[in-house]
Amino acid sequence: MTETTTTTITEQELCPKPKMSIILYSGTVDKLTAAGVLATGGAAMDMEVNIFLTFWALLAMKKGAWQDPAQQKISAEFAEYAPMMMEAVRQNKVKPWLQLLREAKEIGDVNIYACGMTMDLFGLRLEDLEDVVTGIQGVTGFVAKAKDSAVTLFI
Amino acid sequence: MTEFAIDRQIDARGSACPGPLMELIRALKASEVGQVVAVLSSDQGSKVDIPEWVAKAGHKLLAVEEDGGATRFVVQKAR
Repeated sequence: MTETTTTTITEQELCPKPKMSIILYSGTVDKLTAAGVLATGGAAMDMEVNIFLTFWALLAMKKGAWQDPAQQKISAEFAEYAPMMMEAVRQNKVKPWLQLLREAKEIGDVNIYACGMTMDLFGLRLEDLEDVVTGIQGVTGFVAKAKDSAVTLFI
Repeated sequence: MTEFAIDRQIDARGSACPGPLMELIRALKASEVGQVVAVLSSDQGSKVDIPEWVAKAGHKLLAVEEDGGATRFVVQKAR
């Protein structure tokens, strides 16, 4: 009996997609929205988008937090624009940031990772987070993914 | 305005970036190859973003036309 080993080379290995890496640290609506828009752009342009949620961005990703009025904050330096921004979201001109991320995942290759250190710090488990979160990762694992990115952002 | 046989017409006016592009992507996904989608956008970024995406995604941009303060993009699904 002979054994045949077949090696399949995927399209991904032959021509890997350019990567966009976003370290998402801020938990304010303005910055989460910016990250959602940028991730959508990356996904639309067929990039592999990896998002690392850490600190305040991770807290914003707790189930239901995005709809909780008490947690709808705008960065302090832009606080005067908060009513305008919230009105744009209310009128559906700008989609809620969680929906932007959800749609980015629908159209492309978008992975959202929770920072393990922040998870431990705040006593969070994966099931406490919105279902857009792909998994938990340490900083080294994320940096390993991000090291050959075409676009790297800290938001 | 040039006339095309349009299979799907989307009015994305008032929707901010990347809303109109997302609507177009969704409509093309739901279309058959050869079908034509027209999207109307008032987002200024669309003028660059939509043609850029159409080229990248390998579809065919049939027309870009100004239409009363908005832009109309006519796209044919090519693959």
